[in-house]
Amino acid sequence: MMAGTLVSTIINGDQIEFACRPDETLLEVLRNRLGLTGSKEGCGTGDCGACSITLDGRLVCSCLVLAVEAEGRKVNTIEGLADGDTLHPLQTNFINHAALQCGVCTPGLLIASKALLDRNPNPTDEEIRFALAGNLCRCTGYDKIVHAVKATAKELRKQ
Amino acid sequence: MKYQTPSTTKEAAVLIKRERGKAFVLAGGTDLMVRMKIGLIEPDLVVDIKHISAMQSIKKSASGFRVGAAVSAAKMGENNALKKAWPGVVEAANLIGSDQIQNRCTIAGNLCNASPAADAVPALIAAGAKVNIVGPQRRRTVAVEKVITGPGTTSLAKGEIVEAITLPKRLPKSGDAYLRFIPRSDMDIAVVGAGVGLTLDNNGVIKSARVALGAVAPTPLLVAAAAKAIVGTKLNKAALEKLTVACTAACDPIDDMRGTVEFRTEIAGVLARRAAKIAYKRAGGK
Repeated sequence: MMAGTLVSTIINGDQIEFACRPDETLLEVLRNRLGLTGSKEGCGTGDCGACSITLDGRLVCSCLVLAVEAEGRKVNTIEGLADGDTLHPLQTNFINHAALQCGVCTPGLLIASKALLDRNPNPTDEEIRFALAGNLCRCTGYDKIVHAVKATAKELRKQ
Repeated sequence: MKYQTPSTTKEAAVLIKRERGKAFVLAGGTDLMVRMKIGLIEPDLVVDIKHISAMQSIKKSASGFRVGAAVSAAKMGENNALKKAWPGVVEAANLIGSDQIQNRCTIAGNLCNASPAADAVPALIAAGAKVNIVGPQRRRTVAVEKVITGPGTTSLAKGEIVEAITLPKRLPKSGDAYLRFIPRSDMDIAVVGAGVGLTLDNNGVIKSARVALGAVAPTPLLVAAAAKAIVGTKLNKAALEKLTVACTAACDPIDDMRGTVEFRTEIAGVLARRAAKIAYKRAGGK
């Protein structure tokens, strides 16, 4: 067992305790200690958004959060987006609109898209593009992502 | 590295003062964590100020607004009273980075990171904002423009921490605005930033003004000559021309991949003019 700081947190609804060094990022702990490898490291400096998660409901880059900061807080990652085997409508629409190719940016884009739709159920194209400006994708050219988010918003508004 | 979460500003100041190694304040971490990642700094102590209650809220009082040093830019954008009183300051704060960054970054951090291109700083200077600083021994209050002394350096002594930034009471018939130029639509560092705050008299004549520029010198600048150029006018063509000349004269920029010296100097005048027009309109001027 490693020595380190003990951190108690709620990840995707589950009470989780982990030990880490104080200089480890939340992204490093999620991936390397907890096996939650859905969040990706693209840049490690908050520019690409591939590591996007929510912390107490707020969208953040997990590479710019110290893991020890998560003490007592709610963390939501891509692993918690689907309901068991049932994909979240955003996931289904990303597939249906071919809004991904290599997939490295996809977890971050899904989390950022969900954060957008949680606060704005009917975003314009421009609002979607600004809300996702912190998530870089080098494959799709973004149009398909915008379409997928719009389609999801429409679907969720009907529910 | 040690990590501490003090519950008072004084305690935080003492922790930093007593640390023999390198100590840093952690607010949103959007600059600090980047500097750690790329190996620019290796902290021995990080003091997380987000558990200090005096730093966590935006408070409105008879003397204006007090924005705690741990308040995120996103929270400033969600505060309608602040937005209504100081739209230029909030717009500038909300220009910093993506939504992910907005949810973490703070204007106090933006100030203390001391980038010449910091977006919030010219807007704060134009607003006449003050900084509440707490040290191990004493408190002091200084104008925002007195904090940054050069790229990455501040006038804060070791152990001194920004507790809050205060904005004066919004006077009747006054307005503020901040504009920045970047070559993209979002997510870039200012090539030039310009903030203007002004107050009109009953006839729509500018009674007082403050003009500040960012990214055109080693520090954000308060340009007194530019303010002087528009005071006593209704922002007519001649006044705007004088404002432009004063801003251009104040510029001492660098060439870099974002813009040349010539471009920055020219754009400083253009943005100051446009920001002045917006502030004038917000103040009720016609």
